[in-house]
Amino acid sequence: MITIDNVHYSYASNIEALKGVSLTINDGDFIAIMGQNGAGKTTFIKHFNGLLKPTSGTVHVNGIETTKTSVATLAKNVGFVFQNPDNQLFSETVEDEIAFALKNFKYDKKTIEEQVTWALDFFSLTQYRKTSPFLLSGGERKRVALASVLAWNPDALVLDEPTIGQDHEQKEKLRQFIIQLHAKKKTVIMVTHDVEFVAECNPRVILMRDGKIIADGIAKNILTNPTLLEESSIVLPQIAQIFTKLYPLGLPTDIIDITEAETILLAANAKKQEQLT
Amino acid sequence: MAIINISNLVYTYPGASKPSIDGLSLTVEKGEFVLITGPSGCGKTSLCRTFNGLIPHFYHGELSGQIIVAEQDIISKQTFDMAKHVGLVFQNPENQLFALSVEKDVAFGLENLGMNREEMRKRVDWALNLADIYNLRERSPHEVSGGQQQRVAIAAVLAMQPEIIVLDEPTSFLDPLSAERIFEVIYKLNQEQGITVILVEHRLDLTAKYANHLVVMDKGKICFEGNPRNLLCNEEISHIGVGIPKATLLYKKLKTAGFNVNQQTPLSSDELADQLLKALKT
Repeated sequence: MITIDNVHYSYASNIEALKGVSLTINDGDFIAIMGQNGAGKTTFIKHFNGLLKPTSGTVHVNGIETTKTSVATLAKNVGFVFQNPDNQLFSETVEDEIAFALKNFKYDKKTIEEQVTWALDFFSLTQYRKTSPFLLSGGERKRVALASVLAWNPDALVLDEPTIGQDHEQKEKLRQFIIQLHAKKKTVIMVTHDVEFVAECNPRVILMRDGKIIADGIAKNILTNPTLLEESSIVLPQIAQIFTKLYPLGLPTDIIDITEAETILLAANAKKQEQLT
Repeated sequence: MAIINISNLVYTYPGASKPSIDGLSLTVEKGEFVLITGPSGCGKTSLCRTFNGLIPHFYHGELSGQIIVAEQDIISKQTFDMAKHVGLVFQNPENQLFALSVEKDVAFGLENLGMNREEMRKRVDWALNLADIYNLRERSPHEVSGGQQQRVAIAAVLAMQPEIIVLDEPTSFLDPLSAERIFEVIYKLNQEQGITVILVEHRLDLTAKYANHLVVMDKGKICFEGNPRNLLCNEEISHIGVGIPKATLLYKKLKTAGFNVNQQTPLSSDELADQLLKALKT
């Protein structure tokens, strides 16, 4: 459990990036944090493993205040995948990169080997096992960064923009994986701008703006609220856009799922055909 | 008139065991808005690097075939010769920014062209405003957020007013509304000034509506090419991991289920909503 209580954070340049944020994240929660560039999302999540310590207020991870312990200790519980993989990758081969943290956490050789093989396979990276991460494409490097954190199986995962540079198939795999983690009661927190991905994943959505949380609720409610989203510089998912435009037809407007959309539209069509005959 | 003509291109990075571009030919007409998509690692970024000669002049490696861009033979020209013809915005803006202030970064290319001060001032302000970062002009580019850095990189290229703008996932760090604004700016430059645009993107939801030439790559080759409306209703395209826009997908589902929708494949939610409003109006 992560408890954030009235956290303020100012960077050295005196810019206040967080202006009193409180949030409780329970074990097994699946949360998407959204909001415009500069809203404080990345600053906020860096508090979850002690990378940043609040200027005022407190953050507790499993009951321990983050100012009273080290990032290294917290990292085992809260795994972090950064926005830009280049800030995270440093090893000579993809395999070494994935094994690095496992070695640091002093897992035995056999476990390391198993976890590395699993992660390589899961992220379609097996063919690059001995390749330098820096020879890979942007999307592939992002996958290496994801694999290197998921390999040590932390209780909570914080993903900063996990879908950047990922193609459709990789995104779908990531979604499946997040759902699996969620089913195993792992906590998943992602920061993302990818509204379509959020609409497909259907998590609890937290909207941030100007260093504060401005909304917290289920995806279906938040992602179909045009006023709220526009304030956060987010566009509605395409399905929600369509149903907003179809308002004159008297159909529901809180739709983000394509299958649900299909069902509603086919029923509306059948009704119309019936009236015609 | 063709502004880019690539024929039988094969390119292998130094030390790589197989080619990243493997027998690729592409013709782009002046003024086109080309959208390039395909699974990650399929060679999209490598292809972009050939347009101004970064491949082969900076990356070296082995290259065969021909690349003609803006009537210049890339293989015999230097990258700096191409700078006024082709502007490139990379995936990762940090790799591109280096000056002490945002403004200086945007002015850098113009200084190199030897432009006079007054003209340069005008151009830089114009580009800063277009990218909506005028208020950041005195900040260090390394102090601003990832999304803002992306705008700086875009402004620096816009300032050069090149004939061709190549953008490799230029808005991946931007929030959706900012991304949309940037795409609108690029689309406007394309429509009003006839600048040829080459955009690499996975998110066709956001971009398919702007393009009149869609290129789908896989394994270093072009596997589909043509008008996005025709291509996106092609079944095979979804099998190679191309993310079809949700509006297009929903249209296909409805059509398959016997809903009598318009024959024209929609590329945006607006287009589909209009069709549905007409069809369901009582």
